Amino acid sequence: MAVASNGASTPKPAVPTTPVAQFSLDEELSAYKDMLLIRRFEEKAGQMYGMGLIGGFCHLYIGQEAVVTGMMRAAKPGDQTITGYRDHGHMLACGIDPKAVMAELTGRRGGLSKGKGGSMHMFSREKNFFGGHGIVGAQVPIGTGLAFANRYRGNDNVSFTYFGDGAANQGQVYESFNMAELWKLPVIYVIENNLYAMGTSVKRSSAEVDLSKRGSSFNIPGERVDGMDVRAVTAAAKHAAEWCRAGKGPIILEMQTYRYRGHSMSDPAKYRSKEEVQKMREEHDPIEQVRARLLANKSIDEAALKEIDASIRAVVADAAEFATHDLEPDPSELFTDVLQ
Amino acid sequence: MPTNILMPALSPTMEQGKLAKWLKKEGDKVKSGDVLAEIETDKATMEIEAIDEGTLARIVVPEGTDNVAVNSLIGIISADGESVSVAASSPPPAAAPVISKPSAPAPASVPPQPPPTAAPIARPPEPETNVPAGTQMVTMTVREALRDAMAEEMRRDETVFVLGEEVAEYQGAYKVTQGLLDEFGIRRVVDTPITEHGFAGLGIGAGMAGLRPIVEFMTFNFAMQAMDQLINSAAKTHYMSGGQMTCPIVFRGPNGAAARVAAQHSQDYSAWFSQVPGLKVVVPYTAADAKGLLKSAIRDPNPVIFLENEILYGHTFEVPKLDEFLVPIGKARIARQGNDVTLVSFGIGMTYTLKAAEELAKEGIDAEVIDLRTLRPLDEETLVASVKKTHRCVTIEEGWPQCGIGAEIIARLMLEAFDYLDAPVLRVTGRDVPMPYAANLEKLALPSVADVVQAAKAVCYKS
Repeated sequence: MAVASNGASTPKPAVPTTPVAQFSLDEELSAYKDMLLIRRFEEKAGQMYGMGLIGGFCHLYIGQEAVVTGMMRAAKPGDQTITGYRDHGHMLACGIDPKAVMAELTGRRGGLSKGKGGSMHMFSREKNFFGGHGIVGAQVPIGTGLAFANRYRGNDNVSFTYFGDGAANQGQVYESFNMAELWKLPVIYVIENNLYAMGTSVKRSSAEVDLSKRGSSFNIPGERVDGMDVRAVTAAAKHAAEWCRAGKGPIILEMQTYRYRGHSMSDPAKYRSKEEVQKMREEHDPIEQVRARLLANKSIDEAALKEIDASIRAVVADAAEFATHDLEPDPSELFTDVLQ
Repeated sequence: MPTNILMPALSPTMEQGKLAKWLKKEGDKVKSGDVLAEIETDKATMEIEAIDEGTLARIVVPEGTDNVAVNSLIGIISADGESVSVAASSPPPAAAPVISKPSAPAPASVPPQPPPTAAPIARPPEPETNVPAGTQMVTMTVREALRDAMAEEMRRDETVFVLGEEVAEYQGAYKVTQGLLDEFGIRRVVDTPITEHGFAGLGIGAGMAGLRPIVEFMTFNFAMQAMDQLINSAAKTHYMSGGQMTCPIVFRGPNGAAARVAAQHSQDYSAWFSQVPGLKVVVPYTAADAKGLLKSAIRDPNPVIFLENEILYGHTFEVPKLDEFLVPIGKARIARQGNDVTLVSFGIGMTYTLKAAEELAKEGIDAEVIDLRTLRPLDEETLVASVKKTHRCVTIEEGWPQCGIGAEIIARLMLEAFDYLDAPVLRVTGRDVPMPYAANLEKLALPSVADVVQAAKAVCYKS
């Protein structure tokens, strides 16, 4: 039995695993930049939370960057993205302005939701990003409904519906699986298995730990993917999107990934060892993997990578600056947007 | 011993039906399990089977007869060797032996009234203000009006579709969606599995993606399974997105007590939903309002909770025959003008309230009756104007008293009409208990005409 990069044991996959795609230099660089933006953005959000600029709950995506970055490589205009509360990375991957995301985290009027949604509740009509959902699993039927709308309209768009290993035990997920397969809805269920639902490991919460098999009683195919390797994610995403666009119905991708930080900012993460986290960072980091390949091929040098890093840091610093100094919402906004 | 065949009830609320067809004729031998006849209501058809062997001695009610009362004698089976004349002369037994279901309770009787103390005041119902004079009126049931509203809106807007349990092939558990599948096909009339949480969320996603779903809950009791999606996803997303996301969706179905279905299937959710910002909550009483309000709800860009009532489905009213008949959401209707006391109700509560107003008129109390029609947003203006005129108010609802619609109305009147009140406002509500099954207890748990009359007299200081 193989061991996946996030340490989960890997039984035989439900469908043959898609071979890892080979990236061109441009693809490597593009993925590197996208993932690094998420990493630096989340690091900054963590700092700002510590300074009291961000309130409430704040769930960081650090460690999981390859998942959404790879998935977005299979998306085309009109496709929808929807996820749970660990959503900052998804918004950046959808091309949403980092300033608007960061200003929402700080609850300012320039935030994506005018400061009324916060970390867990952000949306972008323009970028087809449907949230940002704070209730575990609630995005799954909604994402299935987005796919229903695609089928109703007869287009070939796909709903990219993300949820975690914790949400994978929610009843509404299985209600959605049933309808999605029954009506052959174009939805990719991306299970981001970071091994811990808050503090409860998959092994302690799930009778069947191979989450790619969770659709088997509905005849939904599933695949386990190394979610720390952006090339593997990309290949699986492209295969899944083709499956959906061909009218074959839903498909499940279990992304074996890992979050370095706690569940939220207030989680000391005592349910796992420091060594476990350290091992993941050193051996499987999604960004370092790309960086190592780029340097090994001598296709790019350290200086060029430093330049990329500096430009991304500048984007994040701008976002933080804006989010720190933008005004809070006008008090009159209290009563707006309740109804249309 | 002859066996009397009685008209069975197909549902807890059925009071009469059509004897559609006899499948046996007089003189035919029958044995247990043979289908004797078919009966129909506007929502279902069912077969009557024989449970004893014998001969169909007499057909009392011929086929094709409408409005046959539940429990009335429709035919007689004689045991072998018995003569028809013997069978026909037997008195009907107390129980209905040929049906498997218990019969429906008799309609609630109007309590005995004291003799009138003043000249009766007769007031005609108020006409709809938005209907042009001379408009032709069509008599139809609430059920038909709801169906017509959906069909008209589906013809008008291709993005409107119906989703729910048994809405398509079965033609609706309560036959509200009857005929929609034939006209619009399976793409737009979608049968779901029994998964309220899932299909409510799916509908919300489709709504967010720009379609206009009508999600039918077989009853709102089952919508509790979907409460998280209704409140956390549908109601709040527009606000949480700073106005970016909209969810034009209607959740509709029967709400409140039906008859003899006990606590889990008899609950009025009016107060629950009306507490939630981000929702609109509509509770029609008449067929015209059911039609006009449902059409408005389907066109509304917000999530609308549309609370129907199983007992009202079969009630008939006049509906204006207009190509475009819309009733605005958020506007109450003065169902009866009066000067002495304001009676405020909505939905099925209007049945008690209007009857009570007639009783009060006989005693010289001239009640104004307000049908709220929409609970959120509440038409405070109409309410306050009426109370400023009458100086007295009683609220009537089937829901529980604590934090109910009556409680809310009283709070608002304290703020907006305190100085105009000549008596404390009283509430008539369902009793503060889960709905009991037993017929007598159920009747006691629900408001009655007598309750409303008593409360109205109390606030008028006339006992």
